[in-house]
Amino acid sequence: MSKKKRIGSKIFLGIIVLFLYAPIIYTMVFSFNEGKSLTKFSGFSFKWYEKMFSNDTMMEALFYTIIVAILATIISTLVGTVTAIGLSKSRKAIKNVVEQVNQLPIMNPEIVTAIGLLMLFSFIHFEKGFFTMLLAHIMFCIPYVILSVMPKLRTLNPNLAEAAMDLGATPWQALTKVIVPECMPGIISGALIAFTMSFDDFVISYFVTGNGVSNISILVYTESRRINPSINALSTIIVVIITVSLLLVNIIPSLASKKKSKVEAIKEENIK
Amino acid sequence: MKQFRKMVYPYLVWSTIMIAVPMLLILLYAFTTQGNTVTKFLFTFKNFKRFLTDTTFLNVLYTSLRIAVETTVICIILGYPTAYVIAKFSEKAKLRWVLVITLPTWINMLVRTYAWTGILQDDGVINSFLSIFKIGPIPLIYTDFAVILGMVYNFLPFMIIQIYTSLTKMDYSLKEAANDLGAGPAKTFLKITLPLSMPGVISGITLVFLPAVSSFCIPRMLGGGSYVMVGTIIESQFLTAGDWNFGSAISLIMAIIIMISMYITKKVDKGEKVEGASV
Repeated sequence: MSKKKRIGSKIFLGIIVLFLYAPIIYTMVFSFNEGKSLTKFSGFSFKWYEKMFSNDTMMEALFYTIIVAILATIISTLVGTVTAIGLSKSRKAIKNVVEQVNQLPIMNPEIVTAIGLLMLFSFIHFEKGFFTMLLAHIMFCIPYVILSVMPKLRTLNPNLAEAAMDLGATPWQALTKVIVPECMPGIISGALIAFTMSFDDFVISYFVTGNGVSNISILVYTESRRINPSINALSTIIVVIITVSLLLVNIIPSLASKKKSKVEAIKEENIK
Repeated sequence: MKQFRKMVYPYLVWSTIMIAVPMLLILLYAFTTQGNTVTKFLFTFKNFKRFLTDTTFLNVLYTSLRIAVETTVICIILGYPTAYVIAKFSEKAKLRWVLVITLPTWINMLVRTYAWTGILQDDGVINSFLSIFKIGPIPLIYTDFAVILGMVYNFLPFMIIQIYTSLTKMDYSLKEAANDLGAGPAKTFLKITLPLSMPGVISGITLVFLPAVSSFCIPRMLGGGSYVMVGTIIESQFLTAGDWNFGSAISLIMAIIIMISMYITKKVDKGEKVEGASV
């Protein structure tokens, strides 16, 4: 490739990255703005952070977001893993039915899932609030957990659990000592997807909560109509948390594998 | 192994209640009229007729489709070259760039969309910059431009990653063979690279068009209170107007339109493949 072309493509990539990151950086910069303006930077201050931490509705929304995300992740990972293991042993007809039904929340536009749940909760006279939000989050997280555990089960040797039981393991032991550890990578990635899906959800939460219960997304949506720089502070904190945890998730395995390969290299050398 | 089969049963019950019943409720409401109690169903097409005969609603449908198509086209135009450039990097650089492109998608969509409201204001960064050259202020926020910008901004990474994946899966020996047989870079791209990366473009279209046509928070935040798309009508039918029957009918129409467009996209893809094979 010619040098000119290479510089051209680097510039293009630079513009795309700028486009993706500029608004996020803009928000972060203006979270330290002294004034209330979202357009003129008048001086550095932590004022909006103080305002954010003393704002009860914001802290409550943050609390609900985290609690729902944690509970939805735990429950959906558990149920999803159990279902996936059951599915791998089930007859084809049941497998097909469950897989088809699971496609619905993944393929449907979020707003369709949202109104469906809204009608369900009103149909059974379940009052909108914290529990409806939690149930809804569990509902849309499970299919993703199943989807990420299933491939691991497919590659798992079916004789392994059988062998464990022949050797005297109870079904429970075969499950917890053989099958679950073998699918751990799939379970973990399923849990990660579930957590971020729940943490970021707006559309479904917006339709199924009420009675003063809200999450960060709903808060940002309702507050975006008036100028409130505390939202910038809240955004900055979310961006920092997500970025740090994503970098950790991406860096730790590569560090670990480096360490592992180092250990293996040392071992090999010792054998020699 | 039969003892493990029972592990599916709880989820069968759960998914029937939480996934299947809500879908049936949408169908039920769409074909009945307001005030119907559960005990007495009155089958009707009234809700569909109301939507399909009213020009204001049809205009909204047209706007939504237009915005979604424009967003998708812009995402392909920007996303394809980006994916192409990244796919040519070394293995290590590739992974780093994929992380750079996907990282923003993990951050709350509302937060990222909200960031644009400050930038696009009449006295925002863009207009302040333009005012140096004595231009403007150009109205940016609460326009079609702002809505499309917000959607491209939110959905572009999906397009890039899909195209990137299909480009990296491609068999490079085919390109070399084309070069050896005397095809120039342009011809190689058009005859080899582009057709082979089509599956990525198609799944990219699905991932951009579907959320774009049904979105309601982006038009509300960047298009303003009076900006109407299919998503915003459904929202107002359910949360303010309270006409669930009409709202259900609209979302059913939207779901059907999405299904048809996905079907067409897949058909177009297959047609092209056949053509490519005959060449």
